[in-house]
Amino acid sequence: MLYLIIFTPIVSAILILIGAPARKMALLGSVFVLGLTLLAFAFFQPSSRYPFQYNSSFPILPDWKLNFTIGLDGLSLVMVLLSAIVTVAAVWFTGAIEKYERGFYACLLFISGGAIGAFASLDLFFFYAFHELALIPTFLLIGIWGSGNRNAAAWKITIYLAIGSFILLIGLILLYESIPAGARTFEIAKLKTAAATLPPDAQKNIYLLLLIGFGILVSLFPFHSWAAEAYASAPAPAAMLHAGVLKKFGLYGLLRLAWPLVPIGAHYWTWLLVLLLLGNIIYIGLVTIAQKKLDWMLGYSSVMHMGYIFLGFASSNVLGLTGAAVLMFAHGISIALLFAIAGEVRKRTGTLDFEELGGLGKVMPFAGLAFGFGAFAAIGLPGLANFAGEIMIFFGAFATDWELNRFHMFQIATVLGLWGVVISAVYMLRAYRRVFMGTLNGRDKNVIDLRRSLRLPVTLLIAATVWIGFFPQPFVQRIAPTFRSYFNTPPPP
Amino acid sequence: MNSLLPWFILLLPLASASVIILFTRRFKRVSSFISVATAVAGFVASFLLFRQAGPSAAPLTWIDFPGVFTVPLGFSLDGLSKTMLLVVTGVGSLIHIYSLGYMRDEEGQSRYFAALSLFMFAMIGIVLANNFVMLFIFWELVGFTSYVLIGHWFDRDAAAEAAKKAFLTNRVGDFGFMLGILMIWMPTRSIVFQDIEAAMPQTGLTPGYLTIAALLIFCGAAAKSAQFPLHVWLPDAMEGPTPVSALIHAATMVAAGVYMLVRVAFIIQASPDALTVIAWIGTITAVMAALIATQQNDIKKILAYSTLSQLGYMVMAVGLASKEAAMFHLFTHAFFKALLFLGAGSIIIMLHHEQNIWKMGGLARKLPITFLTFTIGALALMGCPPFSGFFSKDAILALAYQNNPWIFAVGLFTAFLTAFYVTRLLVVVFLGKPRTAEAQGGDEAPLVMTGPLIILAAFSVLAGFAFFAQRFLALPQETEVSAVVPALATLAMVGGVGLGFFIYRNRTGERFDIALLRHRFYVDEFYSWLIDSTQEALARLSAFIDRWIIDAGVVRGASGGAWGAGAILRLVQVGNLQAYVFLFGLGIVVLIYFTVFR
Repeated sequence: MLYLIIFTPIVSAILILIGAPARKMALLGSVFVLGLTLLAFAFFQPSSRYPFQYNSSFPILPDWKLNFTIGLDGLSLVMVLLSAIVTVAAVWFTGAIEKYERGFYACLLFISGGAIGAFASLDLFFFYAFHELALIPTFLLIGIWGSGNRNAAAWKITIYLAIGSFILLIGLILLYESIPAGARTFEIAKLKTAAATLPPDAQKNIYLLLLIGFGILVSLFPFHSWAAEAYASAPAPAAMLHAGVLKKFGLYGLLRLAWPLVPIGAHYWTWLLVLLLLGNIIYIGLVTIAQKKLDWMLGYSSVMHMGYIFLGFASSNVLGLTGAAVLMFAHGISIALLFAIAGEVRKRTGTLDFEELGGLGKVMPFAGLAFGFGAFAAIGLPGLANFAGEIMIFFGAFATDWELNRFHMFQIATVLGLWGVVISAVYMLRAYRRVFMGTLNGRDKNVIDLRRSLRLPVTLLIAATVWIGFFPQPFVQRIAPTFRSYFNTPPPP
Repeated sequence: MNSLLPWFILLLPLASASVIILFTRRFKRVSSFISVATAVAGFVASFLLFRQAGPSAAPLTWIDFPGVFTVPLGFSLDGLSKTMLLVVTGVGSLIHIYSLGYMRDEEGQSRYFAALSLFMFAMIGIVLANNFVMLFIFWELVGFTSYVLIGHWFDRDAAAEAAKKAFLTNRVGDFGFMLGILMIWMPTRSIVFQDIEAAMPQTGLTPGYLTIAALLIFCGAAAKSAQFPLHVWLPDAMEGPTPVSALIHAATMVAAGVYMLVRVAFIIQASPDALTVIAWIGTITAVMAALIATQQNDIKKILAYSTLSQLGYMVMAVGLASKEAAMFHLFTHAFFKALLFLGAGSIIIMLHHEQNIWKMGGLARKLPITFLTFTIGALALMGCPPFSGFFSKDAILALAYQNNPWIFAVGLFTAFLTAFYVTRLLVVVFLGKPRTAEAQGGDEAPLVMTGPLIILAAFSVLAGFAFFAQRFLALPQETEVSAVVPALATLAMVGGVGLGFFIYRNRTGERFDIALLRHRFYVDEFYSWLIDSTQEALARLSAFIDRWIIDAGVVRGASGGAWGAGAILRLVQVGNLQAYVFLFGLGIVVLIYFTVFR
């Protein structure tokens, strides 16, 4: 089944390039994958002893112990589910494309297949390769179908993420090389045992490389400046997929690889990570407030929210780590929803400049409702998914290094993080007020609301965020065992 | 037995809101009917619940990390929550019914009633919650529905701004609230009120820590109950439809802050310093709002400031460590303030949305039922014996008299001011001659609107009497000093009424113009300046740094260094994305080389 989930998008993409009807094929493929993923989610048995399910493995290069190994634990399951949901929405939101329609749909599906593949790989090699597979079409989507200053944006994200991948690669190679030759393997589970013997200094170096490499991919401050510009220039479906799904690869990598493999390194660099993530929350939050265009604002807000996920990650306890994973899912859904609606607004009004917009709620009530869901999800309204993640992160972070009657680094970081929640309410509500509330610009009198067919994917995204918001426990149940297993085998002193 | 009843009460309005949003958005009559029916059903169920002795409800689990962090969805079912539930669903039902008349000709009725139902859901959740996180969840939801309802006429700029301001001010309060919750959670390892209460004595927390935690929790209440310095949103919130002002910004939501403080009184009372601060904040709010109210011309704004002032009394009572007095005033205030707002609403709608009191006048004859009921509400508000407000305000003043003479003096002065501005309102609106054409043509509201007025008026009279209130509340203990206090309070009230009547009888315009009060002590101006000079300035600075230093300088510099200047120049000259695609392929080859072939 997992093979089908991974390869359906890729095969569909190839079929589209060969000549299958693009939109129908893409929709069919992505909906099929979503169905399968939901089944996988439903039949997943939460268990600490056997975290990985739907396992499968076959050798590729036996001499070098290179196997194609896949499987899902709670963490990757949730990420695959996120990919499947956002893919359906993104494909659905792709209307008629004027040039190279096939290419566009194929690119979307390649991103989706690559992301799912990376999340499901239990093997370092394919983990990395799938991600590269997903990155290339992102650049193409921005460079060919983007708007505004698309070439510059495409260049920037390309150079940037290339550097990120490269640093990551160096880190991974260093990790591989540091392990005694006999124990070398690509299998992540075995790597963990092998890496346990690494000396602290090696761990520190490796972790720093991984942190920066993955961090660039996730727009960790101060490596964030590719993000807003790229999302502003990207066509809406590409922004949905990248900000919603692909960007989470870096976080996933940190959770899956960096933290469990080199825990001493992770512990050593915590102070740096906390400093940088506060840069994401406070500094980027302020930058977001100053934005004058909706797409830039959304791009920066997405950078900012990575800070919370990093906070959960840095807190290094089951509560915070699970919260980080839940927020990864939640953020993916909400940002996809926001980019989707922003894209539709731009299509209809020709601008996303706050100065030129206003009162669209009158003519686009459904879009206003949907954007409201996205915006309030993003600012952590209870009942929507992000809140569930954020609350676990804040409780998790506050509990880290706790001492009675004292505030240490993590407590202070929690305070600042909580202030970030105020900041994000400021910019989101300001944007909502300027775009959808107030007086309607006379030019936009004839703007029409979302077509009936576009309401389905919007409803899908809203349903997903409401579902997790009301019932986070099924997610927690599936995700937490993975992180609990990290603590069952304590790292050597 | 009947363990599902609380769930039924809680979920019914949610079901109503969902059905309206999903199915009946286009059918406004159906939507309004569903919403009203569920509200009334909720009241009936609450009454049944009230009559039951100690029922229990099975909790659900929202988030569960066994042994680390568990958020149950469970209920506190005690006298406090049951009475509050009755007030919320009772006043709520009346306002739902009244809305049928008030919103009859408005657009967006389905949205309005869906939001009203959602509000009931959130408010009931606050009342029933047995732990901090659940309380916080519904707390935020109340803030959200308030945002939606204030911004109901979202195409008006003033309403849009007011909605935003309300939500953001509450967010600032919730920042402190959440932090307070965290600070209490960590040492007690629990978020459930009962468990915290049991664990508190053994925590070994220092008084300083406790004071900070208690004040942070109070911060949440201060925003929701619009206490100084977080009061600025409430007067602006009057941009919403008047029934919303009655329900949310007078009777229930703003009372949620006080209710929460009463619920967690054991935390706040653990810190004497926090209590003092809270008492003074309540006192300052009470007198400040009363002063501002004397200079307002908008009927709803006057009532809004009177709400602030009365909430100040309640918070004062909390700060004087009397849960009973705070709840008693909350209880009576809910009736008479809802009554006053609904009365104002029926005036406003008959005058085609005129809210300036100087454009009214002589309405007593045109709107007899409104006049009569409004006057009852007004008498209760100014604390005229034997109306309900007299008893509850007296209880608070007696408390102040015993504990802190300064607070008592200010409280007494506030009572005088209250009588003064309420008399001004009554005289200008109802007596004299009609001053505009609209004021002449008015006609009494339909039964669907006057009915709730009459019922609320009856409760505004009844609610203060001990024989009635005792059934619902634990009343504060009266002591021997109480003979002095009611005498002084009544004197202050009579003085205020007399002065107000004397000054405003037969006037057609405001007599005084006190800039300080007209500008609400310049608090809003100060905040705009503060936000502009800190947050906005920082935001602009950050954006500048991001664009011109991090992006332009560091990034390009670093990328040059990392890649080697020559390679990057060549690639830029190639100017082709494919080069990068190729590069990624190369990356994979390098990976294969290093890992496989070595």
